[in-house]
Amino acid sequence: MTNKITIENLNVYFSATHAIKNVSLDVPQNRVTAIIGPSGCGKSTLLRSINRMHDMIPSARVTGSIILDDTDIYGRSSNPVLIRRRVGMVFQKPNPFPAMSIHDNVIAGYKLSGRLNRGDADEIVESSLKRVALWDEVKDRLKTSAMNLSGGQQQRLCIARTIAVKPDVILMDEPASALDPLSTLKIEELIEELKDKYTIVIVTHNMQQAARVSDITAFFYLGELIETGGTRKMFTNPEKKQTEDYITGRFG
Amino acid sequence: MNRFDTNRMEAIVSHEEQLRDTVSAGGFSGDRIFRMITLGFALSIILILLLITIGMAVESIPALKQFGWRFITGANWDAVQGRFGALPYIWGSIVSSLLAIVAATPLAVGTALFITEIAPKKLGGAIASLVELLAAIPSVIYGLWGILVMIPWLQQTVEPFLVDHFGFLPFFRGAPYGVGMLAAVMIIMIMIIPIITSITKEVLLTVPVSQKEAAVALGATTWETIRMAVLPYGRSGILGAVVLGLGRAIGETMAVTMVIGNTPQISLSLLDPAYTMPSVIANEFAEASSNLHSSALMEIGLILLVMTLLINITARFLIWGVARQGAAGGRI
Repeated sequence: MTNKITIENLNVYFSATHAIKNVSLDVPQNRVTAIIGPSGCGKSTLLRSINRMHDMIPSARVTGSIILDDTDIYGRSSNPVLIRRRVGMVFQKPNPFPAMSIHDNVIAGYKLSGRLNRGDADEIVESSLKRVALWDEVKDRLKTSAMNLSGGQQQRLCIARTIAVKPDVILMDEPASALDPLSTLKIEELIEELKDKYTIVIVTHNMQQAARVSDITAFFYLGELIETGGTRKMFTNPEKKQTEDYITGRFG
Repeated sequence: MNRFDTNRMEAIVSHEEQLRDTVSAGGFSGDRIFRMITLGFALSIILILLLITIGMAVESIPALKQFGWRFITGANWDAVQGRFGALPYIWGSIVSSLLAIVAATPLAVGTALFITEIAPKKLGGAIASLVELLAAIPSVIYGLWGILVMIPWLQQTVEPFLVDHFGFLPFFRGAPYGVGMLAAVMIIMIMIIPIITSITKEVLLTVPVSQKEAAVALGATTWETIRMAVLPYGRSGILGAVVLGLGRAIGETMAVTMVIGNTPQISLSLLDPAYTMPSVIANEFAEASSNLHSSALMEIGLILLVMTLLINITARFLIWGVARQGAAGGRI
């Protein structure tokens, strides 16, 4: 099991707030790594460090290193735009582009990478939508607005948009928390299928979800990584008492 | 209906009346009065608009009867001979406003984008305040600045350059007077930039962070994020801002009158003096000697009024259409 991402001594600050405290974590390739912990523990902050989303916030400061394959994404020569094409992200609420059709939404990110002819575009749209099991539901209305889809369909569309860019890693920030149980199930099945091609890091506040979809679980509390390990072990026999208290529902 | 039923009905009715009395005795009657008063105020706005339109229409009747459609198609304006054709003024207003809008929109939208998307917060705030200050400068000051500063510069630097290098185009022929269409376009442009910028800025601030994040996470650069997420989301509002600017441009009187040269002619050349509808009304109304003359000016006013109303109505429909589409985008 090779490591896709190696996080070393990562610290994230927002102005004076120390949000991530000296975290080191390995993310293995072609596995699903779940990050769990109570609200405000820094789960999303950690996730957003991995594709440099904090660059959008002027008060944010990051120290330490995150190695993706062989490159330090916070290294001096690394370009955040290129990093984000290798590390895609799916957000808590589905956020398709409202002014674009389903087809244009899927191809939006891919188009950025350069030249694109029409045949390529159609092929990428089809394969991406098939990959997220949305193709059969929307193939007759690709030119219509993405806003006519249900929430669950919109989220799968956003995942299709992300994988159309052909990233190595997909970050998911509570991707099912705004969805109904059936749509949630579909997203979880999808995560299971995607891991043969992609490395997935998912933030979730739903412990059952973490147990269902992930291979590795990392438990965060107050900005610190308390414990990490195989998901089964973490949920049945954790080493730290804090972890046990959290997964058994004693706090959080 | 038998007697028993009737009695019961009466009982019910009286109970309802009692209830209503109780309700109106409390705070509710005050509410009703307040509602009537505000309704009255709202209706008075519509009434004022109606009265103005009717008043202008009635006053325009002599000119309407005398000239008919020739008033709009005729290019000859001669108060002494009693001949009035308003085409040069209509031409001057439309051309100066449209060119000013075309020139102002990229500047204003660019400024708004810089303020909201690119500049650090403090710098953006400072620029936004400065832009709003521009809007507070009285029209006549713009006119004065136009005459004393801009026109000499146009006459000595810009216009000779245009004639030398682009003189083969019909738009840059003739002598560099300084005053003229180009000066009017520039002064209107400067005057409508603040309003377009402020409204566009407000519109851009409503673009959800989630939309920008979506683009950024796909590997979009700042410019690509603006093109992909920000501008499409805000397009209806930006269109509204531009149309409001157009409304102001077409009605702008004082500063334009001071720099356009006030010559009723239709020329393709931007260097030539021209005239606008508001300018001719302002210049000639006080000295209109005949009934026909003042009636002709009234008719120009009526045309201006109808034009601005039509622009605004069209814009509302456009914005409603796009806004409906956008509103669907806000839902999940």
